[in-house]
Amino acid sequence: MDAKRELLDLLLSNARESATDLARQTGLDEAEVEALIEELESDGVVRGYKAVVDWDRVDEEHVQAEVELNVELDRETGYEEIARRITKFPQVSSLRLVSGNYDFAVDVEGKSMHDVSNFVSEQIAPIPEVTQTVTHFVMETYKERGIEFGDRDGDDRLSVSP
Amino acid sequence: MKLSDRVERVPPSGIRRFFELAEEKEEVISLGVGEPDFSAPWAARTAAIDSLERGRTSYTANRGRRDLRESIAAHVRRYDLEYDPDEEIIVTTGASEAVDVAMRAFVDPGDRVAVPQPSYISYVPGVIFAGGDPLAVPTRAENDFALTYDDLRAAGAEAADALVLCYPNNPTGATMSRSELSEVAEFVREHDLTVLSDEIYAALTYGGEHASIATLPGMRERTVVFNGFSKAFAMTGLRLGYALGPAEAISAMNRIHQYAMLSAPTTAQFAALEALRSCEDEVREMRRQYDRRRRFVLSRFAEMGLECFEAKGAFYAFPECGGDDERFAEELLREQNVAAVPGSVFGAGGEGHLRISYATGMNDLKEAMNRIEAFVRG
Repeated sequence: MDAKRELLDLLLSNARESATDLARQTGLDEAEVEALIEELESDGVVRGYKAVVDWDRVDEEHVQAEVELNVELDRETGYEEIARRITKFPQVSSLRLVSGNYDFAVDVEGKSMHDVSNFVSEQIAPIPEVTQTVTHFVMETYKERGIEFGDRDGDDRLSVSP
Repeated sequence: MKLSDRVERVPPSGIRRFFELAEEKEEVISLGVGEPDFSAPWAARTAAIDSLERGRTSYTANRGRRDLRESIAAHVRRYDLEYDPDEEIIVTTGASEAVDVAMRAFVDPGDRVAVPQPSYISYVPGVIFAGGDPLAVPTRAENDFALTYDDLRAAGAEAADALVLCYPNNPTGATMSRSELSEVAEFVREHDLTVLSDEIYAALTYGGEHASIATLPGMRERTVVFNGFSKAFAMTGLRLGYALGPAEAISAMNRIHQYAMLSAPTTAQFAALEALRSCEDEVREMRRQYDRRRRFVLSRFAEMGLECFEAKGAFYAFPECGGDDERFAEELLREQNVAAVPGSVFGAGGEGHLRISYATGMNDLKEAMNRIEAFVRG
């Protein structure tokens, strides 16, 4: 694995790793690490760094939904145009074109179910190309971006062993 | 009750004492653990569960399920080891059982068995329980703890009947290249020794390929290789290992194994079968993570001025702590709540060193290194 790919791997498991610790783990020097990360960022490979939050443990209402979206294309409008319009909404946290029974999978976040359903019915459904929406509210999150949300299992190994 | 002389000859392990010290304290970060911090790959675990659900709870053939032996034969080809699943492979209850059975199969009372040190703590008791006399062969820090022809000669190993090898090594993390092993093989051929080669950490070799002494000229017929699922597949508690060797040797081992153990645990055999079938990616990922931690601890030791050779195997580093390693480890535990095993526990040549296991999550490893640094500088 080349150095840049190795760094990407490390950032994927912990984006908060300091350049010093990244250097210690890869055998690169700190300046190299910083330069490579800058490259990853400027090439648009790394698009950002965000915390993975368990909203159940935050003392406020937070609602997530996965919305299936069917669209009808015409000569002037393709997926790209529709996507561009939908991504602009701050309520949309992710938008993907998918294979299968529907076209887009949209993650929507809001303060309440009312908020989210209003947003879908008032902002998404009326888009002329959209023919159908199906909203699935998230009831429980067990794992998010590779991180399990359950209580952590303790280390039950013997503290000292041969 | 009268205890046998064999048992009386084996003192309790120094690890045990350290374990008790560490257990007394809370908030200890332990770098003293000789097993992976990962769990067995999920597919292997579900295979075990599935086998239980289907009621596969009977004995297997003494030597282990044939399909498992076939998979093992295919698996070890990556190390250029060619063994016949019917005659030359036996599945055991951990590699530990294989080592014990081998000692009893190949060592007669009064036979001398050369044991390079520092090394895993079971070999010497194994020799004694078999009635043999262990002969310590110290390896040296200036050779990065690789065993040399001169080490063997200096220890008088020409008088030995058998030689134990353990590379990648517990506790030092040392590995041996093909050319380094050639020297040892030369000595072994000259003095007609049997070789018991514990290669349980073979899959955890960094920046190079594992070399087995059994692949060197004239060695296959006099070598038994031990390996297993504990370290590579993080399956320590499932207790499954195996031995590879000439038909005559495996058959002799089986004669003891069939009475002592009947067969290795069946549930574990199903887990192992699946591990070999589908868990290569998990092994690769675990190795990648160990390798990062390895580089991390080595660079931290360099920063804090603790001499440490570049260990390229297992999940251990073996820094010099100077002088009385037992005292160093005890004070480190008392003052900084970090447990590490003193090198002298592992025999001659280990004194003045610490075994640092990096089979621990990165966050704990960072904190432990900061504490060791505070201890060293304080």
